Amino acid sequence: MAINRRSGLDLQNGCIEMAHGSGGRAMSQLIDQLFLPAFDNAYLNQKSDQALLDLNLTKAGQKLVIATDSHVISPLFFPGGDIGSLSVHGTINDVAMSGATPLYLTASFILEEGFPLSDLSRIVSSMAKAAKQCHTPIVTGDTKVVEKGHGDGIYINTTGIGSVASELQFSPAKIQAGDKILLSGTIGDHGMTILSQRQHMNFASELQSDSQALHDLVHDIVNAVPEIRCMRDPTRGGLAASLNELAQSAGIGMLLDESQIPVKASVAATAELLGLDPLYIANEGKLIAICPVDKAQQLLAVMRAHPKGSEAAIIGEVIEDKNQFIQMKTEFGGKRIVDWRYSDPLPRIC
Amino acid sequence: MKYISEFRSGELARKIAEEIAKAVKPEREYRLMEFCGGHTHTIFRYGIPDLLPPNVRMLHGPGCPVCVLPIKRINAAIELALLPNTILCSYGDMLRVPGSAQMSLLKAKSQGADIRMIYSPAEAIKIAQSETDKQIIFFAVGFETTTPPTAVILDQANNLALKNLFIFCNHVLTPPAVKGILEPARQAGRKVLDGLIGPGHVSVITGSKPYESLAENYQVPITISGFEPLDILQSILMLVKQINTGSHQVENQYTRAVGAEGNKKAQALMAEYFELRDSFEWRGLGEMPFSALKIKAQFKHLDAEQNFPLSEAAASGSKLCGKIVGDNKACECPAVLTGQKKPTQCKLFNNPCTPENPLGSCMVSSEGACAAYYAYQPMS
Repeated sequence: MAINRRSGLDLQNGCIEMAHGSGGRAMSQLIDQLFLPAFDNAYLNQKSDQALLDLNLTKAGQKLVIATDSHVISPLFFPGGDIGSLSVHGTINDVAMSGATPLYLTASFILEEGFPLSDLSRIVSSMAKAAKQCHTPIVTGDTKVVEKGHGDGIYINTTGIGSVASELQFSPAKIQAGDKILLSGTIGDHGMTILSQRQHMNFASELQSDSQALHDLVHDIVNAVPEIRCMRDPTRGGLAASLNELAQSAGIGMLLDESQIPVKASVAATAELLGLDPLYIANEGKLIAICPVDKAQQLLAVMRAHPKGSEAAIIGEVIEDKNQFIQMKTEFGGKRIVDWRYSDPLPRIC
Repeated sequence: MKYISEFRSGELARKIAEEIAKAVKPEREYRLMEFCGGHTHTIFRYGIPDLLPPNVRMLHGPGCPVCVLPIKRINAAIELALLPNTILCSYGDMLRVPGSAQMSLLKAKSQGADIRMIYSPAEAIKIAQSETDKQIIFFAVGFETTTPPTAVILDQANNLALKNLFIFCNHVLTPPAVKGILEPARQAGRKVLDGLIGPGHVSVITGSKPYESLAENYQVPITISGFEPLDILQSILMLVKQINTGSHQVENQYTRAVGAEGNKKAQALMAEYFELRDSFEWRGLGEMPFSALKIKAQFKHLDAEQNFPLSEAAASGSKLCGKIVGDNKACECPAVLTGQKKPTQCKLFNNPCTPENPLGSCMVSSEGACAAYYAYQPMS
């Protein structure tokens, strides 16, 4: 049964909903049917997390990589990070997934009238610290203030620029049946932390966001196994959305082994309690790498040798599938599809 | 996750699957219905059909509170949410349920309605206490599982003499729904199922007793089951054994949570605040007598239905935003909810009915049979 996963965006009568920013197909519809035709350029049309620019300004044999990300998280402060560090890590990771070394960042703030300066100071310090750790200075920025009630405290946009050797051209188009799918660590840590911290949900738990910059892990990966096909950081929509995106771009299917996908006990327990599936929960410090089968063990060893990849695992393989389904062998012994959901998962009643 | 991972062991699953394969008689069919949407979800999430012999067929029942709520009640909730100076509190999975004219609570929210997703009704009390200049309406839905928490906040709101908290009661009952499937089939001289996997969480409250008369009257074995995949496999094995011997007892697989009598304290609190409705409409099953609860008249000051006159559209069904849209005529939800058809046998399945554009009730919640088929696409 072929499933048609494309449907129309109602540009006349529709309105922006939460779903349009959730990482699911609703967001993809908005991009495909509104932003892409409107902005229409070769870089954006690649639909990658980053744009590869053919600029002669860079030194010979290098390409410039640019990525941008806006951060609107609530709560602003959470175990394992805050909106400041997250806004640095998120953009650095988008740059790094191309194999690039991040070089510079820009930052743009939208602040709500009445936002405490102490909180702003805390956030800015956290950003500065994260940027320093990644050796990527914030070289330019902008601040706007909106009236009280017209914003949610603070929004941050960051843009990152990096450089990458020309011969490294990772792309989902290079993915082939038989390739192995590697994941750098546990899934769901960030999203479950945020959910548990949100107002009205006071679960006692040891959850902590995995927010971290992955450029150094990427550096080791790219040096050791330049043959990898492509990398992604599974943020909004979780592992499930990223794998579905890759499958759709590459025109292939995937077969995952549930028993190999690392999930922390605390994350699994909280997800269980809320009726959520960690496969769909956001990460902010993990990457997926797809590589030829004969490089998989070497790549796994390189990832595990790095502190940010110590729990890395080979979670599945690429298969031929005209339906571009992500199938999963369940720990229980059955098989199922890992669907690409329309928008954020909502907790079930019972 | 102690006490959970033990119930998901692949090795034990293979052993039980082997026992089922041994017990099953090849010459007959075993049509088993799981009542609960939670069971449906587990069955697909863990790929249980792959572990069963081909003549053991799982049918999916109506035990999804989101799915069975008729469109007019959704319209009513949307109408309430759009009232000025109002906060509507709702469980998460009600938010996307479509009302008429493609409206939903999420869409009402994007139009400016103040809708809060809550995990526990107790949060509605807190909101009512902190936002005293607003009227707070709790959109209460669910079977016997979620009814006691609603009774608790009715009790608290009554004791605290809260003036700004109202309950929009949509609680429904399990035994009438089981009867709603079995009785029409009996009247038509058909047997639609050979065994029933009975509700787990509901039975924690009600106990296993209410099912005894159903098992007896309709000659169908019932096994109350837990929600982990091993629970369900074991329940299937128990049903197969009963079917083989022609027995029709109520058996309890979920002994770690369910007793014969249920939770007496919860039952008493429910009886204090709720009474039976003469009739209630179920999406897919139609009007069923004595199948739902309403707030007792003496507590009408807490009852949203008594305090906010709902428009005719919300009361009768299908008019909102000037456009009349009812349940789709080609929708096979009634047949799916009563075990007569598979979701894939519906002409609307997948095109145009999808989780992002659900036309029928079973595509609405992740617990609905159609949504489970769509999301997990059983391979076999």
